Amino acid sequence: MAAHLSYGRVNLNILREAARKDLREFLDKCAGSKAIVWDEYLTGPFGLIAQYSLLKEHEVEKMFTLKGGRLPAAEVKNIIFFVRPRLELMDIIAENVISEDKMRSPRDFHILFVPRRSLLCEQRLKERGVLGSFINVDEYILDLIPYDGDLLSMESEGAFRECYLENDQTSLYHTAKGLMTLQALYGTIPQIFGKGECARHVANMMLRMKREFAGCQTQVLPVFDTLLLLDRNVDLLTPLATQLTYEGLIDEIYGINNGYVKLPPEKFAQKKQGEGEKDLPTEPKKLQLNSAEELYAEIRDKNFNAVGAALSKKAKIISAAFEERHNAKTVGEIKQFVSQLPHMQAARTSLANHTSIAELIKDITSRQKIPPPLHPGLYLTLLHFSIIVVLCCISCVPPYVSASEAFFDNLTVEQEFMTGVDTDKVNTYIEDCIAQKDPLIKILRLVCMQSVCNNGLKQKVLDYYKREILQTYGYEHILTLNNLEKTGLLKLQTSTRNNYPTIRKTLKLWMEDANEQNPNDISYVYSGYAPLSVRLTQLLARPGWRSIEEVLKMLPGPHFEERQQLPAGLHKKRQQGENRTTLVFFLGGVTYAEIAALRFLSQMEDGGTEYVIATTKLINGTTWIKSLMDRLEEPPF
Amino acid sequence: MAGYEAEWRLWFPVLLDRKVELYEMGWSLKDGLRDCHVAAAPYGGPIAVLKESQRCSPSVRPQLDIYTASGMPVAAFPWKSGVVKQLGWTVGDDLLCVQEDGTVLVYDLFGSFKRHFSMGNELVQSHVLEAKVFHSPYGTGIALLSGTFRFILATNIEDLKLRRLPEVPGLQGAPSCWAVLSQDRQSKVLLAAGPDLYMLDTTACTPVVSDMAALLHVIVLSVCFLAKSSAASTDFVALGLTPQASSIVHMAVSFSYKYLAFFTDSGHVWMGSANLKDKLGEVETKMKTPPKQMAWCRRPKGQQPSVVVMWEKNLLVAGQCQETIQYPFVAACEEIFKIASMAPGALLLEANREYEKESQKADEYLREIKEQDLLGEAVKQCVEAAGYEHEPETQKMLLRAASFGKCFLSNFRPELFVHMCRDLRVLNAVRDYTVGIPLTLPQYPFMRRYVDPQKRVCKLYKQMTVQVLIDRLVHRKLYPLAFEICRYLKTPEYQGVSRVLKHWACCKVQQKEEADEVIARAISVKLGETAGISYSDIAAKAYECGRTELAIKLLEFEPRSGEQVPLLLKMKRSQLALSKAIESGDTDLVYTVVTYLKNEMNRGDFFMTLRNQPVALSLYRQFCKHQEPETLKDLFNQDDDHQELGNFYVRASYQEGATEEEIRLLRFQRRVEEEKGERVLGCSLHDTLHCLLTLGLHKQAEQLYKDFRVPDKRYWWLKLTALAEKEDWEELEKFAKSKKSPIGYLPFVEVCVKHLNKYEAKKYVSKVTPEQKVKAHLAVGDLEGAAEAAIERRSEGEVSLVLSRCSATTDRTVVDRLNRARAAAAKK
Repeated sequence: MAAHLSYGRVNLNILREAARKDLREFLDKCAGSKAIVWDEYLTGPFGLIAQYSLLKEHEVEKMFTLKGGRLPAAEVKNIIFFVRPRLELMDIIAENVISEDKMRSPRDFHILFVPRRSLLCEQRLKERGVLGSFINVDEYILDLIPYDGDLLSMESEGAFRECYLENDQTSLYHTAKGLMTLQALYGTIPQIFGKGECARHVANMMLRMKREFAGCQTQVLPVFDTLLLLDRNVDLLTPLATQLTYEGLIDEIYGINNGYVKLPPEKFAQKKQGEGEKDLPTEPKKLQLNSAEELYAEIRDKNFNAVGAALSKKAKIISAAFEERHNAKTVGEIKQFVSQLPHMQAARTSLANHTSIAELIKDITSRQKIPPPLHPGLYLTLLHFSIIVVLCCISCVPPYVSASEAFFDNLTVEQEFMTGVDTDKVNTYIEDCIAQKDPLIKILRLVCMQSVCNNGLKQKVLDYYKREILQTYGYEHILTLNNLEKTGLLKLQTSTRNNYPTIRKTLKLWMEDANEQNPNDISYVYSGYAPLSVRLTQLLARPGWRSIEEVLKMLPGPHFEERQQLPAGLHKKRQQGENRTTLVFFLGGVTYAEIAALRFLSQMEDGGTEYVIATTKLINGTTWIKSLMDRLEEPPF
Repeated sequence: MAGYEAEWRLWFPVLLDRKVELYEMGWSLKDGLRDCHVAAAPYGGPIAVLKESQRCSPSVRPQLDIYTASGMPVAAFPWKSGVVKQLGWTVGDDLLCVQEDGTVLVYDLFGSFKRHFSMGNELVQSHVLEAKVFHSPYGTGIALLSGTFRFILATNIEDLKLRRLPEVPGLQGAPSCWAVLSQDRQSKVLLAAGPDLYMLDTTACTPVVSDMAALLHVIVLSVCFLAKSSAASTDFVALGLTPQASSIVHMAVSFSYKYLAFFTDSGHVWMGSANLKDKLGEVETKMKTPPKQMAWCRRPKGQQPSVVVMWEKNLLVAGQCQETIQYPFVAACEEIFKIASMAPGALLLEANREYEKESQKADEYLREIKEQDLLGEAVKQCVEAAGYEHEPETQKMLLRAASFGKCFLSNFRPELFVHMCRDLRVLNAVRDYTVGIPLTLPQYPFMRRYVDPQKRVCKLYKQMTVQVLIDRLVHRKLYPLAFEICRYLKTPEYQGVSRVLKHWACCKVQQKEEADEVIARAISVKLGETAGISYSDIAAKAYECGRTELAIKLLEFEPRSGEQVPLLLKMKRSQLALSKAIESGDTDLVYTVVTYLKNEMNRGDFFMTLRNQPVALSLYRQFCKHQEPETLKDLFNQDDDHQELGNFYVRASYQEGATEEEIRLLRFQRRVEEEKGERVLGCSLHDTLHCLLTLGLHKQAEQLYKDFRVPDKRYWWLKLTALAEKEDWEELEKFAKSKKSPIGYLPFVEVCVKHLNKYEAKKYVSKVTPEQKVKAHLAVGDLEGAAEAAIERRSEGEVSLVLSRCSATTDRTVVDRLNRARAAAAKK
């Protein structure tokens, strides 16, 4: 079921299994039938650990969403609340419990705090007079959740906001704890590098915790050689840019949540022979995206412009495989063909799905070359598969698509900023977009990007943008603008010197000749821009940060190196040609394009380092800016 | 040299027995143990002795003595409190003295008073008739029989919950005997009152065998045999007691609560399972006097459990089938030491002895074993036999033989031998006379039952066993030995050495004569950075002893900030607690301290404290933001944080900075609403303008545009889109011509196209600047125009852009033209 987690360089399924075991143990603690009341926020992350079937095996009969008032009726012995330690949730729980007692025969209440129990919350429950009603008050330590074969996420949406805006370091504490859990399972990580205030803080906590846990270290041969902690605010630019990898674009356009994407259903309509287009599905199509799907693993990290070619290549392979049936003469050959059928059919479904998705994206981004048309002969073999229709669609050019025009213009401005063109003036494209009242987040992304690429905006420019935004979108957005200023995404240029060009040149953040089809550099993920964070990672592995001391000093926060003593006898003896394994932890979020870039580095033949990625949350510019927006519940009057 | 076989005496034709004197007891008891309360802790624990004859002469104070199992005096003090009814030991080596008035006094191993508690006020009046101390997986418990013949029970004295058991119907006097059982996670009392047996639990009193008649009836049916049939009135299976018996005078429960034994007035010993469902056997002792003591012993190597019955001058061991008088013996030893035994182990032992004598007979013996292919078995026997020996010399001899035999085996797993050597070494060390813990090998792993229930989470029982043993040594303050054992067994520091050192340190802080400085230094020197040391536990101990300063000094060594906080709060060092909480990074802990401070301090001081701790301050702000917005305002005022205060007021729906403008807008909107009846209140300026323009209220829009100094560009965009939406093309054209567009004319083209009016769009194409011409042509779908413009501009990029829009089939001419232009450009 979660086999794809064990195929990577590091078997992350161990972590998942450990989490599942804890869950089972807790459920068994509450004997008898149960109903779970969910903090809605947790259902997604839990889905990555355990499906409903596991809960069902342990007598979970009903599931509800946590909300005020009375609990829905359920004939169960136990009611278990799965919640984050939040005071407002405690009030709801108290309400539930109090109204419950009045109604029916009393039941056993339990509470499971994720990821950690909190004295503050227990105190609140006590004040409400319900703490005594709980048989079990427990915690379920779920910090790092295995997301894919080489990816861990804490799925903590608010982490960036909390750390950089509200100065609330709770998520950093959980990060440090999570890394300790990871080290307990995969061995002590001998080297820790970091850049940024939060990175420093996490490293400090880890070292302290190591001292605290001293003596009960597990004797595990270290799997990771290096840990690199990176603050998101060291590289504010990358998430603002539009990702141009396949997976990145899916996320930018449709949003990937806890590994799932919801897509407009039209293109996924089942078109069977003889049937007209009777019923188009109206429910969004929900797809799980991870490396368990062979095709997806192959194309997810490609630049979108290389996806079409890859898909048609795959189509050829699949049709060739189906073609085999004509060659199968003997019973044995036919038998073998049949045994491969399920796999082939799955591959075909997968191809159909991704062709549809690619087409959807193409409608929005298309301006570029079309994939080479398929050989007509192939059509025959693929006949009655919906793929053909879809592939045809990809190859025809829409006469005029304004969405793609907008996408292209947006991209052009982004690239201008990233290459340092006119970043110190009010940008007309932004002006036009505001005038047309384009989505606010799009505007904020661009303005922030300009600010970052100019090391702050001049007073006049900044004021102009602010005024434009407030007048167009409403005055309440002053709070959001303040937040952006506090996190450094938007700032006033204080010194006259703009150091961004220096950083860009030294780190080679812009590559003119990015090869999208057969990339030779990480810059392919943004068609020219090499993500700063990944560049730092790359340079750390080779030749080391000492070569870029000057630039590191320009970026916010300290950079550091720590070493952790390994217990005797656990020093890894590296075989000739064996790659090093580095865990890169993005504090405050990481984008799919950055992950793609790191995967690209892992696969480089002479790279010498393989990367596992961990983060507080998978983000893109939109979700990121959204998390920083302050919404007033109601307009002022 | 007396051969080891000589120690053995033949008792019965088939059974061998051997007496081993463990220790020559070191005590000097004047009158023996007569008229004494004696309590010996299980697993070779300490022994407490208290003279009983207090009542006769109240002036004479009896002496309470505590000895090790080897009789070494540990402590002695005169008993000054009330009349003691029962002595007992807890799982943690604490001495419990149950007094007549129901008070229980707790002393430690060294006789220092720890605490006391009462088993119920009624006992002051009714007195304790009898008391029993018992152990279960839930800890040490006490059961009492009061003067009113009621039972009072506490399962775990560490977590004292008194249970008054229900009354036994018709019980007029004290029951003839009773015992505590631990069944179904519950402690129960089984009592015999004359002929009747009752089972008491917290809820009910159940008669086991209601009367003698029913009993006899069943007995007739079962004819003294292992019968199972249910008596009519109860669920219980008949006990199968012999008909001569009329009452039960003594009973004994096994340590594991699995077995039960009765002694009847007819002199029979009945043995069965504790749930009274199975009978193991019955033995007639021909003794009519009730025994002084009766106890279960379980022979190692899986033989049946047996009961030991003791009278003044007799000792009897009753097993399932035979009546024997014997000491527990061991199968393995028997096999080897039996005279002229032919067991492989014995042969191996002989072989080794010959080998040591350098005699060739060794080879003969060895061959004999090997021919039967029993060498593995022989080695195993020797190793196991060594485990049951008490004399190190004998152990060594057996192990040497095993080691000798092992040389001739290629695939013998070494664990058995290695573990045995290691375990024996530890056991020999603690069996030493000066230590006096005579543990047997089979007892050793069983000791885990004796663990504090809270620690039972650990599932590795082998380690657990060592932990218990270490605990016991530590309780006896035998730190060096405990330390050495940990080191020898390579116990993980966390469970071994660290714990020993911690206990040592806890003991050290109680030395009142030494100065804080000296103790703190001594402790830090000895403990250093040893892993897993909890300095906060030691500090807590110091604080408990009233040494706050020492506690604070010790806390400085604690690496776990989280651990320091609760104690610091307890010691009222809240400021320090706050900084430690922040250091830990655990925000929940910070919140905890902050809430504590908030309740402890006045508001001003509280805010000042927070001000010095930015982390705490920002956390508190978040807390207030969601929970107490009013406090937040005060907090900002205090800090003179105008920016945040402003934001606060924005949130509180009052604004600053941009507010003036907004108020003006609101006034305007209200006026529009009143005059035109259009809902615009609360819209942004942009939306208001848009609304006005679509409604055709150009004058008002114009006014707003001027009042709010809206940039020309945006205003043009606004008007353009609004007019296009209205499809007021005439007005749009007028607007376009009104003056030079600040946004150029491409937007006009695009907006028209967006509203599907290519005709109108085309009007503006000519006005578009040369740079945007291509785009404009493309927008209206005029490929030729676009091509022309692109070629004119000689822009490679634009040429390819147009090309990408051409379809190879339909736009052949355009494509050709573009390609030609491209080729021409390339030539130049």
